[in-house]
Amino acid sequence: MSSETTVRKIPAPLINPEAQPFFQATAEGRLCYKRCEGCGQPHHPPRSICPHCHSDRTTWQTSTGLGTVYSASMLRRGVPVPYCVAYVTLDEGVTLMSDLVGFGDSTPAVGTRVQVRFVEAEGGAKVPMFGPVEAT
Amino acid sequence: MNKNERACIVGAYEHPTRHAPDKSVAQLHAEVARGALQDAGLNASDIDGYFCAGDAPGLGPLSMVDYLGLKPRYVESTDTGGSSYLIHVRHAAQAIEAGHCNVALVTLAGRPRSEGSSGTQARAYNIMAPEAPFESPYGLVPINSYAMAAQRHMHEFGTTAEQLAWIKVTASHHAQHNPNAMLRDVVTVQDVLASPLIADPLHRMECCVVSDGGGAVIVARPEIARKLKRPVVRLIGGGEAVGYINSGGIDITTSAAKHSGAAAFAEAGVTPGDIGYASIYDSFTITVLIQLEDLGFCEKGQGGRFVADGRLVAGQSGLAINTDGGGLCNNHPANRGGMTKIIEAVRQLRGEAHPAVQVKDCALALAQGTGGMLGSRHASATLILERA
Repeated sequence: MSSETTVRKIPAPLINPEAQPFFQATAEGRLCYKRCEGCGQPHHPPRSICPHCHSDRTTWQTSTGLGTVYSASMLRRGVPVPYCVAYVTLDEGVTLMSDLVGFGDSTPAVGTRVQVRFVEAEGGAKVPMFGPVEAT
Repeated sequence: MNKNERACIVGAYEHPTRHAPDKSVAQLHAEVARGALQDAGLNASDIDGYFCAGDAPGLGPLSMVDYLGLKPRYVESTDTGGSSYLIHVRHAAQAIEAGHCNVALVTLAGRPRSEGSSGTQARAYNIMAPEAPFESPYGLVPINSYAMAAQRHMHEFGTTAEQLAWIKVTASHHAQHNPNAMLRDVVTVQDVLASPLIADPLHRMECCVVSDGGGAVIVARPEIARKLKRPVVRLIGGGEAVGYINSGGIDITTSAAKHSGAAAFAEAGVTPGDIGYASIYDSFTITVLIQLEDLGFCEKGQGGRFVADGRLVAGQSGLAINTDGGGLCNNHPANRGGMTKIIEAVRQLRGEAHPAVQVKDCALALAQGTGGMLGSRHASATLILERA
């Protein structure tokens, strides 16, 4: 594992009641998203009411944690430690904001395959970030 | 009377300062309000509508109405970041048309340069903002948000770093003629690409300046506009739209300008080919390229070719953009570029831009703003203005 995960301080996620189950899952090593039983579409960030069809039948799903980089950018200046923000499209079809770790000092190309890992933020919460796919 | 003539911009003023450590933000608002009133030939007592956004100190419009001693019968403080002021002009026109006010003042001012602002500082999320738990750990700031849009645009359409750099080069060619511009040196594509990479693929020279200052415009009923001595600039079309990441179904290479622009052109009854001058919000180079595409000045994906080789330098083709030097070289007061976009469009329509960049017989101009962050959620506003 590269050093950036240990050096950079990850700000604590600002967790509200609706987001609580997501972070309960990350504490157990699971990445969750929501799917609507009404329209069948996944969404993220998770809501109690579906943003696509406004049904209140949204349920938690567990992702395999595998996905591809939609876009990413390494921020190199003006911050104590460079870091790489990204959007990752999970194999289940939903895209989420995250950081990429473990790719050294380059920005991974669009389409790079990535796998989730859980990084401890300030205050102890685990937040999902993505790195190279580990060999099985 | 033009069927679209609902309201006119009768006063416009850009504060000449770019660094104001010894002034208060309210003071800057008052100075730009005074400047716009003098430009229009109106008095503060004529103002019966007041518009401001989040740069104004205090709760919504309350502190500024008090400080400026206004007696408005209509106030509004819609805040969509840098595009707020274009939305204010549109809403002021709607309020005038509905009879709610006759003369509306819109002000913007701030001093981010004196306060040490930069594009890489961590953002303060509202703790109950629904996106906060899912974004606050990851360090999304303006530049890496726009940089992700640039990275994706390069991937989808083959846009190059050189093409993006041309947007800055174009701005610098214009800024050399603006004595108030913060950066007046003409730069080359090589200069831009040799400046430090801040957030891949954007370089330092692809970022707007951080400047103190402000600006104001006054929107008035057409009957009032015709009694004043200044050339009449009328609003003939407007649009606004919010863009977001669609609950995970993402597309950050298309902005909400696609919708605000279409609405504005439909209302005005004109096409992009009719526009002689366009103020295009330039927080970063990529912002300009994506908006030009989404407004229909070129096909989606062709923005790189459209901006390259100096085609948008004044006098080079059918369209000139950001002839004041834009946010990239001239001014980005309060970290919000929308007001200066309106002001330069007004200058062009009045024939009062610098002679070196004045579009000949400029009859139709467009002002375009993007507030917030292209890579997450943003608001686009488009105005189409006509010389009467």
